[in-house]
This record gives sequence, structure tokens and C-alpha cells, in this order.
Amino acid sequence: MQWDWSAVGEFMPMFWDGVLVTLQALVLGVIVAFTLGLVWALAQRSRLKVVRWPVTVVTEFIRNTPLLVQLFFLYFVLPEWGITFSALTTGVIGLGLHYSTYTAEVYRAGIDGVPAGQWEAATALSLPRSRTWFAVILPQAIRRVVPALGNYVVAMLKDSPLISTIGVLEMLGEARQFGSITFQMVEPLVVVGIAFIVIAYPASLLLRALERRLVR
Amino acid sequence: MSADSTPNDPNVSTTKETANPAVDGSELIRFDKVTKRFGSNTVLDELDFSVASGKHVTLIGPSGSGKTTILRLLMTLMKPDEGTIKVGGEYLTHEERGGKLVPAGERHVREVRKNIGMVFQQFNLFPNMKVLRNITEAPVHVLGLSKDEADERARELLDQVGLGDRCDAYPTQLSGGQQQRVAIARALAMRPQVLLLDEVTSALDPELVAGVLDVLRDIAQTTDITMLCVTHEMNFARDISDKVLMFDSGRIIESGSAEKIFGDPDHERTREFLSAVL
Repeated sequence: MQWDWSAVGEFMPMFWDGVLVTLQALVLGVIVAFTLGLVWALAQRSRLKVVRWPVTVVTEFIRNTPLLVQLFFLYFVLPEWGITFSALTTGVIGLGLHYSTYTAEVYRAGIDGVPAGQWEAATALSLPRSRTWFAVILPQAIRRVVPALGNYVVAMLKDSPLISTIGVLEMLGEARQFGSITFQMVEPLVVVGIAFIVIAYPASLLLRALERRLVR
Repeated sequence: MSADSTPNDPNVSTTKETANPAVDGSELIRFDKVTKRFGSNTVLDELDFSVASGKHVTLIGPSGSGKTTILRLLMTLMKPDEGTIKVGGEYLTHEERGGKLVPAGERHVREVRKNIGMVFQQFNLFPNMKVLRNITEAPVHVLGLSKDEADERARELLDQVGLGDRCDAYPTQLSGGQQQRVAIARALAMRPQVLLLDEVTSALDPELVAGVLDVLRDIAQTTDITMLCVTHEMNFARDISDKVLMFDSGRIIESGSAEKIFGDPDHERTREFLSAVL
């Protein structure tokens, strides 16, 4: 097997397209995962059983089935019921929804970690429920769990190639496409592998720095 | 503190209270056969007692005798298993509906509870908010004060507790004694009729205790606020209390003036307890 530098050069235009799509899927997926996760966490703290119970069932179900199966389901089964999204949108929803069930657990741990005295002080001041949550509890809870949430950003980055299976041309998708045209697989795959390290490792370092600043 | 208060005589009713005959210089808090259990452990046993408006009442007794439970019941941090509690003539955990006494809805509890403030052993300041906002948060979002009004009130209170220059600090940047004084200011900013003090100096380093007690003495002397105080600071209790209640195993075994209880208690248990802590 021969390493062909010219193949690397030829792959570059496709590669950059792929990087852009990967980052797009990642950022949007993270937004979905972080927002929806918070919704799940709050819903599981609801005083209403009819809210708590279905949310528990749904999140447990999603957390305990493979992301790949969920992506296929969203992409191939939903259109039969008349619900159609673009491949990228489907990928973002799949990735975000799957990871929202993990971030929900992270938020839950953060909320549980806020001392009971904070709830008691809020009660003693008769703060409305919404103020108690959004001004007192959540700011403290989220601060505690930023590092754990950050780890899921890196995990989502590493799971993002799964969305190439439903035809999203992110980095891996572009590499496979390049390989199927030129029959040169090694060069694009190595480039993509390096790209993941180049994105993920600094991100980990950044998270560790953030952790040192936030968790005292 | 409040504009309509009559500083030197706690028994003279204020204009505000006159509007509400139930608290007119008389009974502000009433416990009626209140029972509280934790599992098989009965912490309060059919407890009856009342506190007159403007009085300073200290609860003493061995730990586990139910003192703190009384404060927590009043603050609605827990619910009584049996019996009723009235504050200012209104049921706290119940409400009357169609002539029947039913468990109170959240709105009712909120309304009655507004008259009560509490200072905790562990301060429980909000660490994510600066000192000033710790104090203004509830006046703005519960009483509906404008931000400027609330800020002004908070600054006055901070001056009063000797922390006028620490508005922009975060709680963790303050000493325990300073944090506790902020917590006192935070409770007072709601202008409660009743202030509950739950072992407010127990978590403090010894050299910081005096500053907090001075602030509380000042409040006791210059306002007509009703105080319920659980403390192990017997000298402080002797100074400020109109009445002292001695608890043992969920019952009041003796009550009387500070001079009486600390000077010449009737009950043997009281004598034992005081000789152990004094």
C-alpha cells in the first residue's frame, strides 16, 4: 500500500465541506441535547404524575436503545407517516434527542446537589416556584455540572459520524464518498481521524480549564 | 424599621395591626394540639402554645426536644401530622372552605407565610447572587417592589447590620458572621411580623458570635417584631427574652420570664439542663 500525498490534496475541498457539516451537526445537536435535557430534568421533578411518568418512560427508552437504530427510525420510518426532514435535520434531531437523555441525568444530579438549605431559604422568602428554579436552583446546579455536560459534547463529536449512515456528508461521509470515487480510502480516513483528534483534544483541555474555574 | 412601628413598647399595636383585630396586641401565633412525628419518633406531642404580638420568646431544651421543629413548622418547611397552627388569626397549613377545615392551597400558605421570616443556622444565602440581590430578590418578586425601592431598603438594612460597604460582594467572600448578618437583613427586607431564629450563631467561629448577637439585640430593642428564637446562647436569651419556654421530649415542661427560668426554675429538668449549658 502506498501513501499518496496528492490524494490528500484532492480530498481537501470535500474534507472542508465535511468539517463544516460535522461542526454544524455538533453545535445544533448540542443545543438540542442541552435544552431538551433540561426540559426532561424539570419535567421529572414535576408535582404531576401525568408529566413525570411519561417522561421517565420516554427517556429510559431512548437512553437504552442504540443511536443508530433511532437514526434509521427517524430517517426511514417517519416519512411513511408523512413526517419528512432533511438528512442533516434528522441527524441533528437524532443526536440531540439521544444525548438529551444523558444530559437530563446530568442536570438531575446537579439539581440534587444543591443543598436543601437553598430550597428552604427560597421557601422562607416565599419566592414563586419559577424564581426558585431559575434564579436560585438552576444557576447553582448548572455551574456544578458544566464539566459533565462538556464531556458529552466530546462524546457527541465522536458519535457524529453515525449520521453519515443516513446520508449526511459530514467528515466521514465525505471520506467514504471520496474513496468510492478514487478507490483511495487510506488517505481520507487518516485525514478525518486526525481532524477528530485536532477538534476533540483542545476541546477536552478547554473543558478541564473551565472545570477548574467553575468548580471550587 | 417599619415606618409605622412604635419602637419602645412592644405591646402597643401598630396602625397596621389595628386594622387586623386578630393580632391587635395579643395573640400572633397559636399552636393547637400540634403533633409531629418522624417515623415512630414523636417530636412534638399535642403541643399547645401561643405567642403574643411583639414578644421575644426563646425556646430552650436539650437537642431533639422539638425546638427547631416548631420553627420549621411555622416556616412551612414541614407539615404537622395533627393539629393546627394559626398566624395572625389565619390558619397556616389549613384553610376554611365551606365551614370546614381543609389542607391549605399554595396561594393561602404563601399569603400567610409572607408575615414570617427566618434566619438559618447555616445562613443559606444564595451563593450565585451578590449580597444586595440576595436581599432584594424577594421584595421585588414577592412584594412587587420596584428595583429602586428594594435597593434602597436593602442598603438601609445593610447599614443597620454594619455591612453597608459589602453590597457587591458575593456571600462566599464574607466571613460567617457577615453572611449571617446579611441573612438577617434578607429576612427583615420582607418586613415580617415574626422573625424565626434557628440557632443562628451555632455555625459561627466564637469570635464572630458577638457581632451577630449585637445586631439581633438592636433589632429586638428598636422594632416591634415578634421573635421566636432557638439558641444555646443563654446570656443572649436572658437579655432579649420576654418569655422562655423549656422543652423536653416534645413538650413544654416549664415556661416563664427569663429571670424566673434562668434564676429560679421550678422544674428539676430545667435546672439540670441549665447547669449543663451555662
